[in-house]
Amino acid sequence: MAPLAGGLSNRMQALATGLTFLAKRAAQAVVVMLAIAVIAFAVKGALGDPLREIMGEAVPEAERAALRHELGLDAPWPTQLARYLGAAAKGDLGQSYIYKRSTLEVIVAKFPASFELVLAASLIVLFIALPAGVYCAVRPRSFGAKLILALSVLGISIPVFLTGIFLITVFSVWLGLLPAFGRGETVALGPWDTGLLTLDGLEHLLLPAVTLSTIMLPLFIRLIRGAMLDQLGSDYVRTARAKGAAPLRVWLNHALRNALIPIVALGALQIGNLLAFTLLTETVFQWPGMGFLFLEAVTRADVPLITTYLIVVGLLFVVTNTLADVLSLWLDPRISLDGRR
Amino acid sequence: MNARAVRSAIGAAASDHPVAAVAGFMLAAIALAALAAPLIAPQNPFDLASFDVLDAELPPLWLQGGDPRFLLGTDSQGRDLFSAILYGTRISLTVGVLAVVIQAAIGVPLGLIAGYAGGRVDSLIARLADIQLSLSSLMLAIIALALARAGLGGETLGRFAVPLLVLVIGLAEWPFFARTARAATQVEAAKDHVRAARALGASSARIVARHILPNILSPLIVVATTQVAGAVMTEAALSFLGLGLPVTQPSLGTLIRSGYDLIFAGIWWVTLLPGLTLVALLVAVNVLGDELRDALDPRLAPR
Repeated sequence: MAPLAGGLSNRMQALATGLTFLAKRAAQAVVVMLAIAVIAFAVKGALGDPLREIMGEAVPEAERAALRHELGLDAPWPTQLARYLGAAAKGDLGQSYIYKRSTLEVIVAKFPASFELVLAASLIVLFIALPAGVYCAVRPRSFGAKLILALSVLGISIPVFLTGIFLITVFSVWLGLLPAFGRGETVALGPWDTGLLTLDGLEHLLLPAVTLSTIMLPLFIRLIRGAMLDQLGSDYVRTARAKGAAPLRVWLNHALRNALIPIVALGALQIGNLLAFTLLTETVFQWPGMGFLFLEAVTRADVPLITTYLIVVGLLFVVTNTLADVLSLWLDPRISLDGRR
Repeated sequence: MNARAVRSAIGAAASDHPVAAVAGFMLAAIALAALAAPLIAPQNPFDLASFDVLDAELPPLWLQGGDPRFLLGTDSQGRDLFSAILYGTRISLTVGVLAVVIQAAIGVPLGLIAGYAGGRVDSLIARLADIQLSLSSLMLAIIALALARAGLGGETLGRFAVPLLVLVIGLAEWPFFARTARAATQVEAAKDHVRAARALGASSARIVARHILPNILSPLIVVATTQVAGAVMTEAALSFLGLGLPVTQPSLGTLIRSGYDLIFAGIWWVTLLPGLTLVALLVAVNVLGDELRDALDPRLAPR
């Protein structure tokens, strides 16, 4: 009975430390989000005069003051900040000047377009970068590996918007095979507009997804190759080989499994770049996603929409980073939470 | 070393590293053409009076309808594309190099301090660098310039575009220099010549400036090379989004943006020729950076 009870309490302890870790990460995420919200509030104060937007320039000062009081804009800034944060917590981040609707609703409505683009590009990256990276690591001196690495230098040297323009020129303008802009026909699945269920939607998705993947591919091929090389040089891989395990088994079951840990951790650092590259791709293909919307908001000085975008992007960033941390923990049994091995 | 010895040394290095030689030659050609733009360019692309809308959208010389006055054709305003590309490369390179100077001016001292002082200062600087790196500098630059544009309006932004771009790209990417300088300083600080200098009573500032910095320059040069490529690319992306240089003072990114709509009318050269110039520049710098890293990193030396 005793060893079983001991095992049980050990497990309980591990669970408790796991939960403490999660709680800590969640608390950190909340602090970061608060900081982002404060920045958004400051930006709003610095950029936007809602009165001018509502009343125009030619309204007498007395009337302006009355409205300013009514909107609470004459309150001291800590009060205004508190109100802003209170409203933000309830999901109210203001009204868009352009769309005359809740900014959060406007942005959330564009989320499916961006998400499907990123999803399609990520699948392309996964199916090409993983085998290519592993191949470059296990056969580092082969012609194929050298070719892949040379192509990846070329890949990171071509800005993503140029890849898009080039693909449009060839496949849309010259060959007339694929559409050059927009999402095509979409199907509403409840609140989610998907372009993945119609042929037209998929045709529209192809060029943007390939474009976005070309900029992420070289990064991930190099990342996977580096992580694999580190693992292949380690003792346990040599032991597995010495035992006579088949090479493919050693590469995939031993080395790649452990290489995934740094790949997830370093890959998560790319989320900010991914957002920027998606914004560029959306601009080239006039893809109606969040980045395209943001640029429209910027050119038309829609301050509430701009600040809400900052908060949404901050949230995406914080959530993916937290998830990546948790995933690393789950993948790597050696990362013991209380410092014991 | 006399001129002939230098020439033969360069020749030997070039035949040992043919890829680096080609990349170096390409980069030198592009940089020289950009530097000498006012001498080479047949037209001043900033001077609106020097071109005529009647010449708009002419194709390059080798295509049907090409005009001998315009080697690479003209854009939608009748501007000579060859001149515009020369001047655009000049602006792109200027912004890129100045931004990297700022990155180095922040990152190298921080890295030296972190590596030499160690302890709490070191962990603080390393932590700051990690945080800065996890925030994408491209995304930060897009947001910073988008806010500047929303606040100042497009025209004012255009007037201050060069200093703003230099500042934003410069401030966001210092950690690469700091990391490299820190790691190299740690290695260097443990060497005998540094310990000897300390034993002789040299001050920390003197040791860092005279005995460490000169010895860690080669990895810093590698970082600077790849950082210039990154900065040029970031500038092009910002200008393409309309958040960088204005049409009146076009960089390569601005030229690509202003020609983009024309590709649907089959007029591809206005956007693709500046695009090819940008790619050639970036490939040359990136390949040179890779080759330099391989040449200077003893771990990668051929065994």
